[in-house]
Amino acid sequence: MTRISITVDGVRYDDDVEPRTLLVHHLREQLGKIGTVVGCDTSNCGACTVLLSGHAVKSCSVLAVQADGQDVLTIEGLSGPDRGLHPVQQAFHQRHALQCGFCTPGMIMTAVDLLSENPDPSDAEIREGLEGNLCRCTGYQNIVSAVRDAATALRGGTVPLPEEEPELAIDAEEPDPQRAQAAAAAIAEKVSP
Amino acid sequence: MTIAPDRPAAEVGTARRRKEDARLITGRTLWTENVTLPGMLHIAILRSPFAHARITRVDVEPALREPGVVAAFSGRDVADVQGSLPCAWPVTEDIVLPDRPAVAVDEVRFAGEPVAVVVARSRAAAVDALAAVDVDYEPLPVVLDLEAALAEGAPLVHADKGTNKTYTWVFDSAQAGTGGAVEAALADAEVVIRRRYRQQRLVPAFMEPRSVVVDPTGDQVTVWTSTQIPHILRFLLAAVTGTPEHKIRVIAPDVGGGFGGKLAFTPEEMIAFLAAKRVGKPVKYTESRTDSIASAHHGRDMIQDIELAARRDGTVLGLKVNLLANMGAYLGLVGPGVPLLGAFMYNAIYKFPAYRFECSGVFTNTTLTDAYRGAGRPEATYAIERIMDELAVELGLDPIEVRRRNWIGHEEFPFTTVCGLSYDSGDYAAATDRAKELFGYDDLRREQAERRERGDPVQLGIGVSTYTEMCGLAPSRVLGSLRFGAGGWESAAIRMLPTGKVEVVTGTSPHGQGHETAWSQIVADQLGVAFEDIEVLHGDTRSAYKGLDTYGSRSLAVGGIALVNACQKVVEKARPVAAHMLECDVEDLEWSGGQFRVRGVPEGGRSLADCALAVFAAHDLPDGMEPNLDADAVYDPVNFSFPHGTHLCAAEVDTETGRVTLRGYVAVDDVGRVVNPLIVEGQVHGGVVQGISQALFEEAVYDGDGNLLSSTFADYTLPSAADLPDLVTDRTETPAPGHPLGTKGVGEAGTIAATPAVVNAIVDALRPRGVNDIQMPCTPERVWRAAHSQGGAS
Amino acid sequence: MIPAPFEYTLPSTVDEAVRALADAGEDAKVLAGGQSLIPLLRLRLAAPSVLVDLGAVEGLRGIREDGDALVIGATTTHASVLADRLVHRFVPLLAQATATVADRQVRHRGTLGGALAHADPAGDLPATVVALDATLSIAGPDGSRTVAAADFFVDYLTSALGPGEVLVAVRVPKREGWSTHYEKFNRVAQAWATVGVAAAVRRDNGSIAEARVALTNMDVMPVRAAAVEEALTGVPATAEAVAAAAEHAAEGTHPTGDLSASPEYRAHLARVLTRRAVLAAAGI
Repeated sequence: MTRISITVDGVRYDDDVEPRTLLVHHLREQLGKIGTVVGCDTSNCGACTVLLSGHAVKSCSVLAVQADGQDVLTIEGLSGPDRGLHPVQQAFHQRHALQCGFCTPGMIMTAVDLLSENPDPSDAEIREGLEGNLCRCTGYQNIVSAVRDAATALRGGTVPLPEEEPELAIDAEEPDPQRAQAAAAAIAEKVSP
Repeated sequence: MTIAPDRPAAEVGTARRRKEDARLITGRTLWTENVTLPGMLHIAILRSPFAHARITRVDVEPALREPGVVAAFSGRDVADVQGSLPCAWPVTEDIVLPDRPAVAVDEVRFAGEPVAVVVARSRAAAVDALAAVDVDYEPLPVVLDLEAALAEGAPLVHADKGTNKTYTWVFDSAQAGTGGAVEAALADAEVVIRRRYRQQRLVPAFMEPRSVVVDPTGDQVTVWTSTQIPHILRFLLAAVTGTPEHKIRVIAPDVGGGFGGKLAFTPEEMIAFLAAKRVGKPVKYTESRTDSIASAHHGRDMIQDIELAARRDGTVLGLKVNLLANMGAYLGLVGPGVPLLGAFMYNAIYKFPAYRFECSGVFTNTTLTDAYRGAGRPEATYAIERIMDELAVELGLDPIEVRRRNWIGHEEFPFTTVCGLSYDSGDYAAATDRAKELFGYDDLRREQAERRERGDPVQLGIGVSTYTEMCGLAPSRVLGSLRFGAGGWESAAIRMLPTGKVEVVTGTSPHGQGHETAWSQIVADQLGVAFEDIEVLHGDTRSAYKGLDTYGSRSLAVGGIALVNACQKVVEKARPVAAHMLECDVEDLEWSGGQFRVRGVPEGGRSLADCALAVFAAHDLPDGMEPNLDADAVYDPVNFSFPHGTHLCAAEVDTETGRVTLRGYVAVDDVGRVVNPLIVEGQVHGGVVQGISQALFEEAVYDGDGNLLSSTFADYTLPSAADLPDLVTDRTETPAPGHPLGTKGVGEAGTIAATPAVVNAIVDALRPRGVNDIQMPCTPERVWRAAHSQGGAS
Repeated sequence: MIPAPFEYTLPSTVDEAVRALADAGEDAKVLAGGQSLIPLLRLRLAAPSVLVDLGAVEGLRGIREDGDALVIGATTTHASVLADRLVHRFVPLLAQATATVADRQVRHRGTLGGALAHADPAGDLPATVVALDATLSIAGPDGSRTVAAADFFVDYLTSALGPGEVLVAVRVPKREGWSTHYEKFNRVAQAWATVGVAAAVRRDNGSIAEARVALTNMDVMPVRAAAVEEALTGVPATAEAVAAAAEHAAEGTHPTGDLSASPEYRAHLARVLTRRAVLAAAGI
């Protein structure tokens, strides 16, 4: 066992790990960071991509001990209650850039990394930038569009919606106390004799 | 676009962003592999390194002494309880149907077949202990090739069966009374084209490796599994294990793609079930990608011998198809039936007067084959669309023109085909015209001619594919007549909650299709409730208690009607409640825009939410009324639906290297009315790319000993974004007449259409060099060889 | 899949690394970026008893100018090579080839030294350093030594590194006045090269004064296309002359056959890609 200390999504974790433990298994099994997934054995699919010290890496091809002392950002740390969705996440939603969603965490993290290096990529550069991530559902078409939109948003531009959308559905699950009270009152009114 | 009037308002037809995305883009998804339970143990499976061998000895004792190991067993240890994994589609009465053990007992028949199982406290401990299991194999002769397997004296995959042929299934239009005799057509024809096409073996390659967790500790045994078919699996688990069905709960949580690859009752599910029962603790098995590619079922792998009879004016007189289908080592859940799903599609969009189809299923020492996106229909469409191009060349016609001379006219629907199917609707000319326009067909033909003229090393080819497919599996009677082991209905239920919110229960089981969103849109319109106020429950036999799951582009085409019917029952149940509240006769009520109103009185309506609350309180309901608005419906379709479309592909072929670069791709699909255009477009994109990928990139390859060479994603080459072109998609819209929403189905269309479009384009580019076929996948080497071997197929 | 267990050491100097390797014996493996090794460990195609991680060794990372050469530390990542101004200025061929290696995630972890020590003939960088006449610095139990790139690759997945030796740095001569191109041909973007050609050309007025051409995946190790180089020397810088020279590309090579290509097709590709690489390098 080797003692390691890794900061994941802003929280520091100190653990004893077997040296053979892959970073992705450490994240998932020890730290409960199950948003990052494993899709292959050969580092082809990219589903496990996280940012290690700010750079996209395939966490299935990094040993946990190699990440000692470093910062890891996973899909789970990309957004939060206090800051909402990251523009890349937002764009993936808007552009329908995911179907089953299994490749999505890795695809989003790679896109974040790509845009940090190249804030205004061409479509060809986006496609090449995502060459290490496989998706079997989308044909990549909408992923490319989403990354293009996210680039615009990150540069402070306005992203035209592909088609009118009544309202963002994401995280609309916030309880509405007023509506809940009104419903309760209505029920009480009906139930009381 | 042919847009019919009276399009339903509001939600249906709008590009709603998906509800599902919220969890998927933030890493809060519940994959089976994410399920962790107290005391959970981990399974590792030892797999056969031989494609065919007798197992003379398995000793798991040494594994039991390894650290962390709790249990270990071989096939022999579970021989009396594991039964046989079932085949639900014995397509003929005399089909040869061998037992299929989850863990091999005496013999292994493909490399990757499970031989022993270790259960340990950690995944690492389980995997480590596999090396301690001692197995003695006595290698047996291997048979891999389809035709070799049928030859006299071939090694037998199942020696006790005496043959490698599992079945022969025939459809003949003369015998069926649906058309003429094909031999007569061939004899009378002015032109006969004969071709052999080979559908290479493919790996479905869903991105989420399959995973299963079994918890035996509750009153019900709970099975979480990465499956397309939780309901069918529950039934089969009960049937095979003897565990009463009501003591089994199956949950398909978030499932990361399937494409038919998760339409299965897998050995691993059985192994986890047996292991959990043995150790009395929850167990988990998640496959590695390497194990997945080796042992999860494959798709395609057929040899197609095609004969097309025609007159010199281009009129096709008949089509004869002889098919050999590689079943692999065993028969999968629906494997034998896959060619039959294609049997009715070889005539495609055409008015052929005579047709004969004969298919033999063949055992080989390979991973079994079963459903993969399109299942039978892509193969059929490939063959007919390739050979229609050959006919066009033979007659000196434009490939679109030869199709036009044979296709069913818009005014001829409903049209009964040579297979006896009744095509519901379509407008092949409209889709083709639109595709040509978007593609710039005439300009590209001009450029092609110029490149040919100047001998450009990069030649341009144009590929045409016009297709139809049968969606909406399926009318139960039809399935019965084809000896399928189940029906084809689908169920839905609506639960009206007192606060006016709605729970929708569906028997479909999505794994990327966006049912939660689309079903919410449908219900929102039907019940007049807000999209956000609807929750779609699926994939858990405890809540979604009845269903036949998701495959074969059936969910919307069949399940959507069940959903509409259930909604209408709710409205009917609410009607007397509303009348009671409005103090009017039921006959005086009208229902529109989500409100019951007294006819002629615009104000003071009552919504379903009002009715739900009234029923919940039940203080003041019409006399004798059951206080319940909930309703369910089961719909059994009377016919398939038949979406269609025209796909055009422009391919640049570098004749020096054989590299194919897709320069343009246009897909115009008619899938009937569309519930959510964003989702439909996404299905087309993904489907088209899987079709392109069969044409250019993918093939599962065995060596002569039956070892899978393309065993990882490094060797089984899937394209990334960098390998693909921009796709141009559009739709025409011919509503399905038999469907209340007019929808048809879209899940497989792209995959069915794209493969022949791409190969036709490549062959078209090299046609002046005498090329008339290139084996898929059209790798650079194959294309280069074709380009430089005068006058023939590669 | 999960690697078999191993012991792990994290030396902080080259001497410590060499000692750690000596202590561990023949079963030890050096871990640099791990982008080739870790997948092999996961598939259990490699199962070393000890991994010696160079990640913390001082002075192994980074690029510096040293007279007429650049010295690149062995654990310098591909991404760092790509981001380096000196590389683009003095040895652009290295940047061109590195840009085609795998994908951006792998390039963030993978190292130049690791890619060379792994000695995969399908890798893009072995042929590149051969074309560049690089020299490799090696530390071992018997002290330090240098090996020419052409002598470093000795067989399939086998380098001149002895047991207990560590690749420390790669010294690449500056090639001012040369123009270069790396031409890679693969099945899909993320695949290994079916064939690759690293070409460097020095033009002199209207002719080619000198050329360096090395081939990826045309043999069990990267090979120098000596016949092409010879045929290019002193010829007019024309498409015809280059095409004629490129016809020699496969001479003396022994390409393998695999799922991507037969030996015959590889030989053909070598000729076509060599022509294209030299034309691109020479700006013809």
